[in-house]
Amino acid sequence: MTTPSADPMYEDLAGRIESARFGDSKGQVIVRVPSADLIGFVDAAKEVGFAMFIDLCAVDYLHRDPRFEVVINLLSIDPPARVRILVEVPAGESVPSITGVFPGADFYEREAFDLFGVEFEGHPDLTRILLPDDWEGHPLRKDVPVGSVPVQFKGTHRVS
Amino acid sequence: MARPSAPPNFLTAVLGKAVGWARTRSMWPASFGLACCAIEMMATGAAHNDLARFGMEVFRASPRQADLMIVAGRVSQKMAPVLRQVYDQMAEPKWVISMGACASTGGMFNNYALVQGVDQVVPVDIYVPGCPPGPQGLIHGILTLQNRISAGEYPIR
Amino acid sequence: MSKPPDIITGDTEAPAFAEAAKQGSVKPASERRVTHDLWLSGTEGPTDTGRFTDEGAQEMLLDEDPEVLAGQRGTLVVDDYGEDAVSDEVTQIINMGPQHPATHGVLRLHLELEGETIKRVKPIIGYLHTGMERTAEALTYMQGPTNVTRMDYLSPFHNELAFSLAVERLLDVEIPPRAQTIRILMTELNRVASHLLWAATTGFDLGALSMMIYGWREREAVLGFFEKTTGLRMNHNYIRPGGVAADLPDGWEEDVVAIEETVLAGLADYEGLLMGNPIFIERTQGVGVLNPAECFAFGVTGPMARASGIDFDVRKAFPYSGIENFDFDIPVAQHGDVYDRFIVRFEEIRQSLRIVRQAAEAMPLGDTRTEDRKVTPPPRARIDQSMEALIHHFKIFTEGFKVPAGEVYQAVESPRGELGMYLVSDGGAKPWRLHVRGPSFAHVQALPAMLTDSLIADTIAALASADPVMGDVDR
Repeated sequence: MTTPSADPMYEDLAGRIESARFGDSKGQVIVRVPSADLIGFVDAAKEVGFAMFIDLCAVDYLHRDPRFEVVINLLSIDPPARVRILVEVPAGESVPSITGVFPGADFYEREAFDLFGVEFEGHPDLTRILLPDDWEGHPLRKDVPVGSVPVQFKGTHRVS
Repeated sequence: MARPSAPPNFLTAVLGKAVGWARTRSMWPASFGLACCAIEMMATGAAHNDLARFGMEVFRASPRQADLMIVAGRVSQKMAPVLRQVYDQMAEPKWVISMGACASTGGMFNNYALVQGVDQVVPVDIYVPGCPPGPQGLIHGILTLQNRISAGEYPIR
Repeated sequence: MSKPPDIITGDTEAPAFAEAAKQGSVKPASERRVTHDLWLSGTEGPTDTGRFTDEGAQEMLLDEDPEVLAGQRGTLVVDDYGEDAVSDEVTQIINMGPQHPATHGVLRLHLELEGETIKRVKPIIGYLHTGMERTAEALTYMQGPTNVTRMDYLSPFHNELAFSLAVERLLDVEIPPRAQTIRILMTELNRVASHLLWAATTGFDLGALSMMIYGWREREAVLGFFEKTTGLRMNHNYIRPGGVAADLPDGWEEDVVAIEETVLAGLADYEGLLMGNPIFIERTQGVGVLNPAECFAFGVTGPMARASGIDFDVRKAFPYSGIENFDFDIPVAQHGDVYDRFIVRFEEIRQSLRIVRQAAEAMPLGDTRTEDRKVTPPPRARIDQSMEALIHHFKIFTEGFKVPAGEVYQAVESPRGELGMYLVSDGGAKPWRLHVRGPSFAHVQALPAMLTDSLIADTIAALASADPVMGDVDR
């Protein structure tokens, strides 16, 4: 993996959105983007060449101040390069939806909403996706118990 | 025309055994594959292990035509009502095999999403252990069920 | 819902619900959900279960916002589907799944039909949601592969490899060359097994019943080797952080050669059976087409993207476990239809066998686990001799090892596409968060783009060609 300074794609991208802070995590390029500039940054990344949408997920840092973080992975095919966008989301606030730029983010945003309760503003159909419609709560939040039930051994019939 | 000399239950018992024998030879499983175990269930029915040797290779897509439901895999909270509905649609007499650790007890996933044992949703006759059980394990479970049926043992529900 | 149109008497009027919608007497959205009447055992008729189905599914609504519709139809991507959204004519919503023999698991599709033409598709997933990402937070890094191997159950080795590589990247440990080559050997054999199963079930769905017999037959040969090596036919927990669980069994070279010969012979048979068959060609060519723009937009990777002409493979672009030292090609087709997916996957089996052969020839000698004793349990013989080794063994299996804080994304090329794991560590012995980017998740999402405006008979072909593994979609 190349560093931002070495690769013109990253340099180009860094020049387009000033509020984006590039960093490095174990040799992988990460960018911290304020939630207000997310759409602009994703748009710019797509123009620069990170044209394939790979992944979007949420992380719950329970004890940090902006409690949630939305992580977006984009991929460039030629030259092969990745960029990982981290957006901090305080509890109770929403993130702009990137479905307008990458329609593929649709299911991923629904999943993040379903499991974490992170709201995506502008998403066309933000409903539960993995859990039943009538489910209460967001089970992957750290303050929700795992939800395990005590294992019961029910009486069965003896095979004779 | 009462014939008091004949034992009253004689004919019934033999017919029951004959019916039981016939039933074991034509048990049609509903193809209720859920997860990893479904792959092993398919492998059991496929060329190498050949479930047809035991007269039950006909996996039926419609529960109306099936006698045996092999719950192959983990049952989520979202799937449980569907599973119950499929079970209700099957014609009597019907049997259920719970295949694998997840279907039997929830397996290693003791969390919010899974039903901890399919016996909370439908009555289970045979539990097949393993994660996933190999084809041999499933065949053993099926043969155990066949023996019980042909012996005239019906599960008390 | 009203009575269906009566063809015999010529009464082909529209069902009443569509009439009501036209006249504007539409109820609010929450009341417009189509309810199913359940037949419960012991009752004589269907029972009204209320406004919602008790399955808790995201029902397709009869008329939704144009924006929602556009999102579901995939028209936000490219607009070559025509101007109109759903036309004003009578359409019919049918439900397919979750218990359906051809959905390859518990996928549920809502299809809105206009005659035989599919106007709208809504995939409904979550019927196999296992909460694995949450379970991963409750297991140590040692136990992690046990969990992830059950995700995409057709390629367990790839799941384990992605997880192990992510952990190793955080730990910054060096993996001995023998362990790396074993990983390559096992994952490529796994790709062969997975593609064989895909060919078997997809052939079956298309009516080529002999494929069902042959594909499974050859797959058993590979699975026999897996069982010999790892102890289980599936869900191996063999590739672990720090190396692999055990060395290869005695006589593995002969087994690998035998597998290669069996599969190559079988592959020639399949191609003879399928690729020239007029019925097969008719059912696959031009069906379920995805163009490159849609692949990019939906994150479609792997053989699906390569069948559409996108030359991308994680093994070439971001090599892992020393796969850059092997000589292999990436097959790329151009039409993006079901037929091309067959071509690509069959060729991938050949290329994987090429890698397997090279790995078997170049298998280095040495250890199968890293030297870092923080990560690796002591060898079995040492436990009998040394008290410290026993304590170390106990500690590593009860408490696990601590992984430095950080976050990392690691992708491998699974048989379905890019399988990525996003791992966040807080410095403890258990992951803070594990997110899995399953390739099938993206592929299921691309189904509307593949199916809209095609015939309903092509649904199965297109769905099967995407090779969705529901364990990978729902996790």
